[in-house]
Amino acid sequence: MNRWKRRLLVSGALLLMGAGVFAVIAWRPSLPAVASPDIAITPALVEQGRRVVALGDCAVCHSPPGQPAFSGGLGLKTPFGVIYTTNITPDVSTGIGTWSLAAFVRAMRHGVSRDGQLLYPAFPYIHYTKVADEDLRAAYAYLMTRAPVRAAAPDNDLPLPLRFRPALAFWNLLYLRPGAVPATDASPRARGKYLVDGLGHCSSCHTALGIIGGESGKYLGGGTVDGWHAPALVSLRDAPHPWTVGQLSEYLKTGIASEHGAAAGPMRPVTDNLREVEPDDVMAIATYLMSIQSDRPPAVQAQGPAADASQLARGRATFEASCAICHGERSPMATHVGRPPLQASSALMGPTPQNAILTVLQGIPWPDRPEPTAYMPAFGGILTDEQVTDLVVYLRSTTRQPAWHDVAGMVRKARKESSDD
Amino acid sequence: MIELNVNGAVHRVDVDPATPLLYVLRNELALNGAKFGCGMGQCGACTVLVDNRPVFSCLYPVSSTAGRTVRTVEGLGTPAHPGPLQKAFVDTQAVQCGYCIAGMIVRAQALLEAVAHPTEAQIRAHMSPNLCRCGTHMRILEAIRRVASSGELHRAASKENRS
Repeated sequence: MNRWKRRLLVSGALLLMGAGVFAVIAWRPSLPAVASPDIAITPALVEQGRRVVALGDCAVCHSPPGQPAFSGGLGLKTPFGVIYTTNITPDVSTGIGTWSLAAFVRAMRHGVSRDGQLLYPAFPYIHYTKVADEDLRAAYAYLMTRAPVRAAAPDNDLPLPLRFRPALAFWNLLYLRPGAVPATDASPRARGKYLVDGLGHCSSCHTALGIIGGESGKYLGGGTVDGWHAPALVSLRDAPHPWTVGQLSEYLKTGIASEHGAAAGPMRPVTDNLREVEPDDVMAIATYLMSIQSDRPPAVQAQGPAADASQLARGRATFEASCAICHGERSPMATHVGRPPLQASSALMGPTPQNAILTVLQGIPWPDRPEPTAYMPAFGGILTDEQVTDLVVYLRSTTRQPAWHDVAGMVRKARKESSDD
Repeated sequence: MIELNVNGAVHRVDVDPATPLLYVLRNELALNGAKFGCGMGQCGACTVLVDNRPVFSCLYPVSSTAGRTVRTVEGLGTPAHPGPLQKAFVDTQAVQCGYCIAGMIVRAQALLEAVAHPTEAQIRAHMSPNLCRCGTHMRILEAIRRVASSGELHRAASKENRS
């Protein structure tokens, strides 16, 4: 046999082996359809499931505003393209109506749809995989007893190579460690860890993502989501008013912290959900988070260029016109409602101006439930980019933090990103 | 001096740039249609159009109008020749005390210029920032539906944009 033939044979064999290995890691069987849920469903199990689903924030993505609960269709803007959330009501043709418990558990633990397709990691199965069997069973019971809604998710808007779902198997090799991690004891701290790492999937946003969308920064060391800065959860004691367990728990339940401001952006639906769960669970989350605080001295924030007096004057004028009625020192919000001064807000104290800018542009939407909470009109249609820049620079100058870098550039970027909403 | 374009006319006013647009409209230009309700962007009585989009003029710095056009309820018609929405509000008797109505009409105008035949859900979602304490919402919605069914505001606005 000559050299070339042998080479051809060897590379052919290697290719075949590679295809075989790929098939083994990427191919998953379709699981049989069931006519109805294949477990005994009791009211107690459904109620437990309601709490599990609220703790898992399922509704944040699967119940878009104005759409029937759990019917999906929300477009998630990822750096790779838009991925639409799916319908998780028990509708037979467009939802999960034919899913067995086994199919549901496989999706939650391994990111595989009933038909064997791999799901995109925008669905946080790398966290849900840690959820205990009994909680998954309860979530299944709850979801399978919701009203079925016929609603097919729009097609994802992804570039061609990413539409090839089997390739996700490689991503899973890197980032998925399947299997429940049971709580070691029943202490609030252990319960909190279970909720933060699993159902709550806090690190999906609060840990920085790498170039292929895997969590690769320091765990809970801060990340970015939808252009918002998701603050580090391991340096909560470094805040000008250090967070306490009680304050954090209150914030998670109500969306308002007396010395840190209101939940806005993508955190707002999270706190809306946490209203619906056992207060002990929220306290457990707060207890765990405050137990993992870093002992390192706080990072010194970079000092940006000092603002000139005319910019501060313009910013102050905009503040007086648009903001002071609620945020001024003698406004009724401050004197009667007891809202903290803006200078206590995490958005103004943090390392980047993103959250301050986005809060000005987008406001805080009117709540869809009657509980007292925060509302703020959006100023994106009112203030020009220059005015938002001047305002944010002025507000930062009223804190003791160093000036931010390139506020103008970040305003333009934020405007561009939120203009197609 | 600040220059602003309101209902097609250019005005020059000597005010602090931080003054809310509402105060300038009412106190300097005697355009009293837009009302002061809550003063914090929560009721919509002060709604006017800036570049065809509804804004809360109580929170809108007058300096933000530079290079933009402002329209108020006064610009939509006169008692002798009311605009389509103004006429529909009269015909359906949508007004009780009337305080919110200028804001309601102006907000509805923005929708009907942009969308020829909005759905009921679109109308309700669009109108939701504006409150009416008297509770004439059903008549307000009926007035808007009447004009929406004809699509005339959309046609007029498209024509305006083309010319």
